[in-house]
Amino acid sequence: MKREIPILITLVSGLFMLLAWFVPHPTVRSAYEGLQNWAIVVVGFTYVLGVANLLRINVRQVSRKERDWPYKIVLLAGILVTMAVGFSEGNHYTDVDSRFQWIYRTFYSPMTATMFSLLAFFIASAAFRAFRIRSVEALLLAIAAFILMLGRVPLGAAIHPAIPAAADWLMEIPQNAAKRGILIGAALGVMATGIRVILGLEKTYGGGES
Amino acid sequence: MFAFPLKVGDTPNDGGGSVDISWTPPVHHPTSWILVRREQGGTFAPVATVDGADSHYSDDSAQNGTSYEYQLVASPADPALDSEVSGPARSSVNLFDWSKLNVLVVAGIFFALLFWYIRKSEGGVKWVFRKIPGLDAIEEAVGRATEMGKGVLYVPGVQDIDDIQTIASMILLGRVARITAKYETPLDVPTNSPGVFTVAEEVVKSAYADAGRADVYRSDQVRYVTSEQFAYVAAVNGMMLRERPAANLLLGAFFAESLLLAETGHAVGAIQIAGTANVHQMPFFVVACDYTLIGEEYFAASALLSNDARLLGSLKATDSVKILMITVIIVGSILATFGQTWLGDFFATQ
Repeated sequence: MKREIPILITLVSGLFMLLAWFVPHPTVRSAYEGLQNWAIVVVGFTYVLGVANLLRINVRQVSRKERDWPYKIVLLAGILVTMAVGFSEGNHYTDVDSRFQWIYRTFYSPMTATMFSLLAFFIASAAFRAFRIRSVEALLLAIAAFILMLGRVPLGAAIHPAIPAAADWLMEIPQNAAKRGILIGAALGVMATGIRVILGLEKTYGGGES
Repeated sequence: MFAFPLKVGDTPNDGGGSVDISWTPPVHHPTSWILVRREQGGTFAPVATVDGADSHYSDDSAQNGTSYEYQLVASPADPALDSEVSGPARSSVNLFDWSKLNVLVVAGIFFALLFWYIRKSEGGVKWVFRKIPGLDAIEEAVGRATEMGKGVLYVPGVQDIDDIQTIASMILLGRVARITAKYETPLDVPTNSPGVFTVAEEVVKSAYADAGRADVYRSDQVRYVTSEQFAYVAAVNGMMLRERPAANLLLGAFFAESLLLAETGHAVGAIQIAGTANVHQMPFFVVACDYTLIGEEYFAASALLSNDARLLGSLKATDSVKILMITVIIVGSILATFGQTWLGDFFATQ
C-alpha cells in the first residue's frame, strides 16, 4: 500500500491535470489552479525538511571535528544569523534599508557575482579544448566558430561584409535546424516520461522498482 | 459619413465572462474611442476607453447569458464618427478549447501507439534500439570509481521536483543507486531544492533496500545544499575538489552553472556523463564531459537502463510519433511550397 497509494494519487491528479489543460470551464480551471497551489504549499513544507537536513549534517560534522569543520561553523552561523535577522524584521525584510537586505547586498550578491564571473575563464578553457582539430567534425566546428565569432564583432564586417551575413546564416539555418530537431525529440521524450509516470509504469521516482 | 459596423460575439475557447468586439477603424479616426454597452432595452454605459487606431477589444466584464449591445463613441465627441450599435451578443462558458485540438490529436495518437506497443511488448515482442554510449558508460563509470576506491557524484540539476527533467533525473538516480549499492561504491547526491532532496533521499534509500544493501546506505548521502544557483555551484565544486569523485553524473535541468560544474569535474579528472534537455547547455556538456545524453536520449535513458518490456514499448511509441512528425514536416513543407498552408496552420500553437 505504501507504494500503491502514491501511484494512485499520481494517476488521478496527473490525468486530471492533463485533461483540464484542454477545458476552459471555470470549475475545472479553479480545481486545476487549486492543485497547482497545493504543490506550492507542499514544496513549502519540504523547506523544513531541507533546512533540518542541512543543520543535522553540518552540526554532526562540527561535533565530530571532521575535515574542514571550521568552515561548517561559518555555514551554520550564516544560516542562523540570516534567519534570525529575517524573522526579527518581519514583513519589512525586503525594505531597501533593512539589515536583511544589507546582508544580501554585502555578502550574498558579491559572492554570487564572483561565482558567475568565473564562467568567462571556464568558457575560455573549454573552448580551447573544443577547438583542437582532431577530426573532420572538430574542423567543421572550429571553422563555424571562427566565422561566428568574427561575424559578431566589428572587425568581421570591416574585413568583409559577407562575414556577418555568414555568421547570421549559420545561426539562422543549420543551428536552428539542429536545435529544433533536438527540441522536437526532447518534447516527445517529455510526453513519454510524463505518461510513464502518470500511468505508474515508472515507479522509481517514488522509491519503488519499475 | 456612414457609421461603421461592429462585429461582436462570445470570446472563443474561454471560460465565459468575455465578449469580443472587432471593427475596421475609419481612415479619419478620433484620438480614442469610448466603448459603451447596454443590456437589451437598457441605457448605454461606458465600459472602456480604447485607442483610436485599435480594431479589437475583449470585454471581460460581461455576465454569462446576458445579451449586450455595444457602440464605439468618438472621443473627443463627434457623432459623425460613432459606430453603429452592434447586434446582441452574449458570453458563454466553453467546455473545450478548440485552439488546442492539434495538441489533443497528437497526444491521442501518442496514447494509442503507447498502449499498442505496450501490449505488443507484453506479448513478447522484443524491440531493438540503437546503442547510446553514455548509458553503457554509467555502469563503467561506477565500476571505475569502485576500482579506484572513490565515489560517484550525482548532480540532479537545479530545477525543482515539478520539472519533468528533474523527475527523469530521479528515475535515473534510482537506477544508478542500485548499481552503486551493488558495488558498495560511495554515492553523493547534493540537491538544490528541498523538494528534490526529499524525493532523492527516498529514491536512494529504496534503491539500496531493493539491492539488498540497506546496511551500506548512509543518511548523509543525499543532502540539501541550497536553493541559490551559484551558491549551489560553489558547494558542489567544493565537493568535487575535496572528495575528487571518480565519476560525475550531471543529469537534469541545467542553466548557467553547467560549464562551471563540468569544467571543475574535468579538472579533477572524473569521468563525466551529462544529460539534459536544455538545448543551450548541451554544447557546454559536449565540450567538457566524456558522454552527453542529448534531449530525447536523456528521457529514454531510464527505460533503456531498466530493460523493462513495457517501458521499452513506450520508447517505440515515441519513435513512431517522431516518424509521424517528420512526415508531417516534409508534407507540410511541400504543401506550403505550393501555397497550401492548411497543414501548417493546423499544427500552429500560437
